[in-house]
Amino acid sequence: MKRVTITVAAIAVAALGALTTCALNGASAAAPAANHQLRFSIPGDPKSFDPLHALESNTELIRYLTGGVLIRVDRATDTAIPELAESWRLTEGGKAILFHLREGLHFSDGSPLTTADVARTLTAALDPKEGSPAGDTFRSAGTQPAIEIRSPRDLLIRYRAVKPALDRLFDQLAIAPKNRSARLPASAGPFFVAEYNPGSTIILRRNPWYWKRDSSGAHLPFFDSIHIDIQSNRDIQLARFERGESDLIGGLNPETFDRLARTRPGTAHDAGASLDSEFLWFNQASSASVPEWKRKWFSSALFRHAISSSIHREDLIRIVYKGHARAAAGPISTANKFWFNPKLKPLAYNAGALNALLATGFTLKGGALRDASGHAVEFSLITNSGNRERERMAALIQSDLNRIGVRVNIVTLDFGSLIERIAKTGAYEACLLGFANVDEDPVEEMNVWLSSGPHHAWSPQEKSPATPWEARIDQLELAQASEASRAQRKKLLDEMQEIVAAQEPIIYLVNPDYLYALSPRIHGARPGISPPQLLWNIEWLR
Amino acid sequence: MTRVRVAAVSVLVGVLTMAFASPAFVPHPYEEQYRDHAGEPPSRTFLLGTDDLGRDRLSRLAFATRLSVALACGAAALSVLLGLAAAALSLSILNKPLAVATTISLSLPWMFVFIILRGMLPLNTSAAVSIGLTFAVMGVAGWALPGRVFAASVEQYRASEWVMHARACGMSETRIWTAHLWPHIRSIAWAQFRALVPAYILAEAGLGLLGLGVAEPATSLGNLIAELQHTGSIETSPWVLAPLAVLAIITTSIELLRGRARVLA
Repeated sequence: MKRVTITVAAIAVAALGALTTCALNGASAAAPAANHQLRFSIPGDPKSFDPLHALESNTELIRYLTGGVLIRVDRATDTAIPELAESWRLTEGGKAILFHLREGLHFSDGSPLTTADVARTLTAALDPKEGSPAGDTFRSAGTQPAIEIRSPRDLLIRYRAVKPALDRLFDQLAIAPKNRSARLPASAGPFFVAEYNPGSTIILRRNPWYWKRDSSGAHLPFFDSIHIDIQSNRDIQLARFERGESDLIGGLNPETFDRLARTRPGTAHDAGASLDSEFLWFNQASSASVPEWKRKWFSSALFRHAISSSIHREDLIRIVYKGHARAAAGPISTANKFWFNPKLKPLAYNAGALNALLATGFTLKGGALRDASGHAVEFSLITNSGNRERERMAALIQSDLNRIGVRVNIVTLDFGSLIERIAKTGAYEACLLGFANVDEDPVEEMNVWLSSGPHHAWSPQEKSPATPWEARIDQLELAQASEASRAQRKKLLDEMQEIVAAQEPIIYLVNPDYLYALSPRIHGARPGISPPQLLWNIEWLR
Repeated sequence: MTRVRVAAVSVLVGVLTMAFASPAFVPHPYEEQYRDHAGEPPSRTFLLGTDDLGRDRLSRLAFATRLSVALACGAAALSVLLGLAAAALSLSILNKPLAVATTISLSLPWMFVFIILRGMLPLNTSAAVSIGLTFAVMGVAGWALPGRVFAASVEQYRASEWVMHARACGMSETRIWTAHLWPHIRSIAWAQFRALVPAYILAEAGLGLLGLGVAEPATSLGNLIAELQHTGSIETSPWVLAPLAVLAIITTSIELLRGRARVLA
């Protein structure tokens, strides 16, 4: 789940339009349409400015704003668009990709950018000694692609086997300059890092060599610079936005959204369902320290269905998310328009869910549900403390299940303890958690769905699939991973989604909306559903 | 009894009576979620309004007050009693080991003890056991500071001229303890107790991070106060500050209950 990060914090951003008159010495740049500064905050320092070492969200954001990529995935339309590559072509049935670079590309320090730089970047990313997270997506079953430089503008990358969504992978590979390990390396994206004061600010300046122009021929980006404050305190971020000292905040929680809607009308926006999802699952691992009779419940699809359909998802949305979420219908968010299987519908509350259990030997006496052997149905539900939405959802679920005689003990744990229990010791019964998906393509979620995967939440790293339906999911996942055609992959993943919806090894609850605040002075934003939602078209913001 | 003490006793008794007798007159169970009334302001149905999940704030406040006051008082009493026992034992040959134990206890990061406790407790431990254990461990963990204060006071008093005079007059050690030392130590013990009660009420809220303390649907004063940091608009909904007001009233009343001013009290 390399590119799927658990929701603990969202990228925060905010903005103020302070006019600056910084005249950049663009080689051949025409004057920008507007010359002001964008201001926002991020919650922590980036760990590195080396584009091959973007491990967490702060570093990834800086890499995104500064890095030049061959292909960009349009976050609003989910289409691949040319960036540094003027064109590309998938060949050999999806095993290879041929790039043709734009003419006259340069890094921000004026040095030319050629296919040699692309090859050097990809080679470094794939070097195990480098330990670059950027390289992980380019490795394929332990094999490395062959890189063939055909000319300063033409490059062929060839795998031995089909690599799904090969072109889109290049959205994440920022072409690095030779001096990428310098303190403030040059870059080929719309901005470059001009100043960095650890713990305080990062100043990005407009890259005078950036290739892109608007329809009038003016060089992009429109902003001369970006002033990024490093501020972990969300209340301070909010106060700065309300004072007009910052231009945008991304990833608002519902309370903050409502507050801004009251105090700064017109600045709070709901971009609709995000790729994120909130869910719960039962621990079915054979090695887990769970009593045998509970393991029997947890491994029963009937039991999981009864629990799932006894939860009022609409109440979770209305009360916890103040209406800013959608009922989840499966492992892929409804926001993910291409990959979501439209046949799936969110599981509605079913007052008769209990009847299915009662028909299989469960009994309801004195308001307590008991299984056929007389054990009271009771389980603990862990979630991470400090996450208000999850704590509230847990309380609502506890109350919902109490109505069918199921007793739920909520235990909130610090994040470290929680991860240790679900990933190492297996000492838990049920867990309420969420994923912040960063990529629309589900290929990155294979390690969740393969039964041998380390993030196969309900039973990690099975030696062999424990059930026939898990075996079928394995087949489908492996088949889609070696299929080049998006349509064919979609067909395979549709079946996978249907199996997950039928078996509910993970009980999906909601897909929270992406909420953000944007100053009315900022124009050109086209929020997307994958990060950086608000800033993905940074060069067009003005 | 001074008028201040009478007032303090009256207020304290009033608040605690309200809290303990509330199940008889508050119409809503503290855990009941009235989901169509979530986040409502005070009304005739919900006198203190409802919380984010639609639960009656007044019922929850009464429940939290009962639970926190009873258990924090119990934990504080346990700390003081253990401290007194340690002070008494410090007069024996155990003096040096006790001094070392006190120093170690004061320098221990007790948070780890709570982490270990959470690790040892099954996740399905009942709420009552979890709550009881949490306060019991707080009570035991808090012995060292009062113990050191008591031991220092006993040592100081035993070296005082009036105790030496009593001893010279042939008064027995037991009589010296009961007639001369205890009246002094008692006021210090009372002061320690007063300081520990609010400290334990607030400390319990922090233990929620570790999965200890009071879990949903139950609540405590500490939990209710901790929720205030998530309340976006206190200025438009000041009634959410009620738990803070109750804690302030309780601690102030306990503080004003003290007897005549003494040098060390």
